[in-house]
Amino acid sequence: MFNSGLSHLIKKEFLIEFRQKSTLAGILVYIISTVFVSALCFKKIINPTVWNALFWVIFLFITINVSSKSFLQETKGKALFNYMYYHPRHFILSKIIYNMLLMAVLSFITFFFYSWFVGNMVQDLGMYLLCLLFSSTAFSGVLSLMSAIASKASNNISLMAILSFPVLMPLILVSVKLSKFAIDGIAWSVSFKYLFVLLMLNLTVITLATILFNYLWKD
Amino acid sequence: MIKWWKILGALLILYTIVWGLQNSVPRLDILNETIRNVYYHVPIWFAMLFQMGVSVWFAIKQLSKNDLKSDTLSDQAAQVGLFFSIPGLLTGCMWAKFTWGTWWTFEDPKLNGVAIAVLIYLAYFILRSSIADELKRARIAAVYNIFAFVMMNVFIMILPRLTDSLHPGNGGNAKFAQYDMDSNLRTVFYPAVIGWILMSLWILEIKYRMTLLKQKQNED
Repeated sequence: MFNSGLSHLIKKEFLIEFRQKSTLAGILVYIISTVFVSALCFKKIINPTVWNALFWVIFLFITINVSSKSFLQETKGKALFNYMYYHPRHFILSKIIYNMLLMAVLSFITFFFYSWFVGNMVQDLGMYLLCLLFSSTAFSGVLSLMSAIASKASNNISLMAILSFPVLMPLILVSVKLSKFAIDGIAWSVSFKYLFVLLMLNLTVITLATILFNYLWKD
Repeated sequence: MIKWWKILGALLILYTIVWGLQNSVPRLDILNETIRNVYYHVPIWFAMLFQMGVSVWFAIKQLSKNDLKSDTLSDQAAQVGLFFSIPGLLTGCMWAKFTWGTWWTFEDPKLNGVAIAVLIYLAYFILRSSIADELKRARIAAVYNIFAFVMMNVFIMILPRLTDSLHPGNGGNAKFAQYDMDSNLRTVFYPAVIGWILMSLWILEIKYRMTLLKQKQNED
């Protein structure tokens, strides 16, 4: 699977991102300011459920912002070039893998600032970070495909939100539940089945995205 | 040319309406007479899910064969499914008011699942309306349809089994299959399921023929 086409594409994604440092810096500022605004508004959060819910709402908006640009940035000329040179499976996989890596790092950064500004209530940190890792990968998988769909339609960001919010809902619910378990420090044997569902969702999303992208690709 | 299954569907629904109110039902706490809702509420949801399934089936067919007829059918089936969600929701709300004491609750995964299903299909129609080119619309809508259907099924099939639900049959609540669903209930429930599914197919057929006529009119 990891032949030259795919690795080349992933490398290209990173190169483009790091060449335009302003977008990456923009995302970081976005994260810090969102967390800071919520810290100022909430002052002190005592209720773990509210703490968790606020975190996931912030997380949701950051993922949508980060992933939506993955296809919306593609111009018509670029799309034609990619169509001629790459295999669609490699193309979508490169986007998904790149978004997954980026989102995993960004989610840890968000969590860091969130626990710094708003306070940390997590008892089982390992489980929380594991939950964060797998939800960010699943989120970016869904959002990469949705971004591809939205870019083929009228290319606006509100359509992207309309399409992805209902589809993301099962993912959010599982993540919120699992992370709440981690906050309360509940035994791994209990929360394991949610982690398993999250992993299965990751697999489903990636498989579906790679199969379906073939049909989005042609124009 | 009247097909036999249309008559069968109408007769079955007529039978469930008449006999559903007549036959004897098990006496259960809280549920009491509202248990008869299982003849109307549940089959309507089955019909809705059936139509969503039909919609996905034609979406897959559209992607593999690339013909616009499947796309029209897929679109129409989604519309019929969404239409069936309205009586499904209304009968559910009425039943909930008399048993749970509230019209709607966010505590129940099945109710949330329904709300999400409605949102998903509304998003599907918005996506359709935002693409002008017919062939492109057919392809992209089919992709979203398949993806959304899978996620919706995760929501309504898998998640409720993980958490507690207020719904009968979930999380320690009285299960229909165990003891309430006695043979009296079954004689009405199964015909009702078949009847409503046939009825939804009939509506789909009429809607499809109307769309074809409209398309023909536009071409002339």
